[in-house]
Amino acid sequence: MLTSADFDTLLLTFKVASISTALMMVLGTPLAWWLARTSSAWKGIINAVVALPLVLPPTVLGFYLLVMMGPAGVIGEFTNWLGIGTLPFTFAGLVVASVLYSIPFVVQPLQAAFATIGELPLEAAATLRASPLDTFFSVVMPLAKPGFLTAIILGFTHTVGEFGVVLMVGGNIPDKTRVVSVQIYNHVEAMDYSDAHWLAGVLLVFSFTVLLTLYTVLKTQPTAHQLK
Amino acid sequence: MLPNRFFRPLIVAWLILLAPASWAATTLVAVAANFTKPMTEIAAEFEKSTGHSAKLSFGSTGKFVSQMENGGPFEVLLAADETGPQKLLQDGLAVPGSEFIYALGKLVLWSATPGTVDDQGKILSVGGFKHLALADPKLAPYGAAAVEVLKKMGLKEKLQPLIVQGENIAQTYQFISTANAELGFVALSQVIDINSGKIGSGSGWIIPNSDYTPIRQGAVLLKKGVENPAAQALLDYLKSAPALAIIKKYGYDLSK
Repeated sequence: MLTSADFDTLLLTFKVASISTALMMVLGTPLAWWLARTSSAWKGIINAVVALPLVLPPTVLGFYLLVMMGPAGVIGEFTNWLGIGTLPFTFAGLVVASVLYSIPFVVQPLQAAFATIGELPLEAAATLRASPLDTFFSVVMPLAKPGFLTAIILGFTHTVGEFGVVLMVGGNIPDKTRVVSVQIYNHVEAMDYSDAHWLAGVLLVFSFTVLLTLYTVLKTQPTAHQLK
Repeated sequence: MLPNRFFRPLIVAWLILLAPASWAATTLVAVAANFTKPMTEIAAEFEKSTGHSAKLSFGSTGKFVSQMENGGPFEVLLAADETGPQKLLQDGLAVPGSEFIYALGKLVLWSATPGTVDDQGKILSVGGFKHLALADPKLAPYGAAAVEVLKKMGLKEKLQPLIVQGENIAQTYQFISTANAELGFVALSQVIDINSGKIGSGSGWIIPNSDYTPIRQGAVLLKKGVENPAAQALLDYLKSAPALAIIKKYGYDLSK
């Protein structure tokens, strides 16, 4: 059965994933909107940077973060200057790492959804004197709903499944950085296979259920294309 | 589809490239992370003197045992403790009688910053640091030894909130060398300067042997390696004078 320590890691994992997802939506939405509509020369570079975590091994990201967020690193010096200390081994550090690691899973579906909407609905809204902000909330968001749904779910589940980066910057501290994937790994290494099975099973069922729900809901959602 | 006249020479060329690998015997060795440096050197000498070669995988003993229990490919295990080899012997995955202690590990309290750690480890009671790194005591013998030292000093409870755990001793070293943890417990082999025999950089305290249960690092021949002459040859070489000299040079004690 799951031990109370296992429950703690599950709870912590969902906490990290929820906060990270909220942050990624706040940062990712304007970024995706800009990427979908700009013709700036920067578009290619920013697109590539956003997609980097998809192709880089988590160890690369984890290693850079450990060095850069450390007291001798650029980020570490900055956070020390701010008076909040260095980020590795802290909950905040884990959130920062998760946001960097999972952001392509939020930006890319949003960007695709925004791009599909096209100019027509925006122009129609403009002729009705809707402000750009009003247009975004009353026209773009409803049309891009499947994109938002996909972004939230993929961002969240990908953070839940994060392992390599956390292992490298987390330090395995109970209730602060010991997330469920690290706990499973430790169970396996300590040869506690039955504990590992329970926790792995919980995660498998959770992930499958969430994804199944997502794809079922998406199927019933009209796409922006069909609306046009 | 690619035409045959293009494909066939390609396969032949590939086979020719692969062939030399099958002439010399090569053995696949699982090596505890703390023994990374000496083993790299020993493997090079082993190749020079026997003609066989050794491919080394570094990691935590627990992981290697799990991998072997699930059909892992290793032929020799150089563990960080005695229990790893014992476990594999009980599982019937290792060759009985082939096990021996190849090194006694030394624990060091180390900081990447000079002057941080005094030569008696007083800093542990004085404090003034935010993170103390050690290897996961459940998985790594050096972590278990570190906890033992803290308990003996009566500081375990007090320092518990400051402890950050590496998955193995190499990761623990990473935390300290990047200064994310101001100090922590690592293996002497990781921080020793092999020319002077002293701690190479930063500052450290070589903890007296009497403060922790000896870290008896066991080697064993795995059943997968029975047929491979290179596997047994490597274990024999580990007991030879040149190998023992390298082990000693990295700060390990030798088993009597």
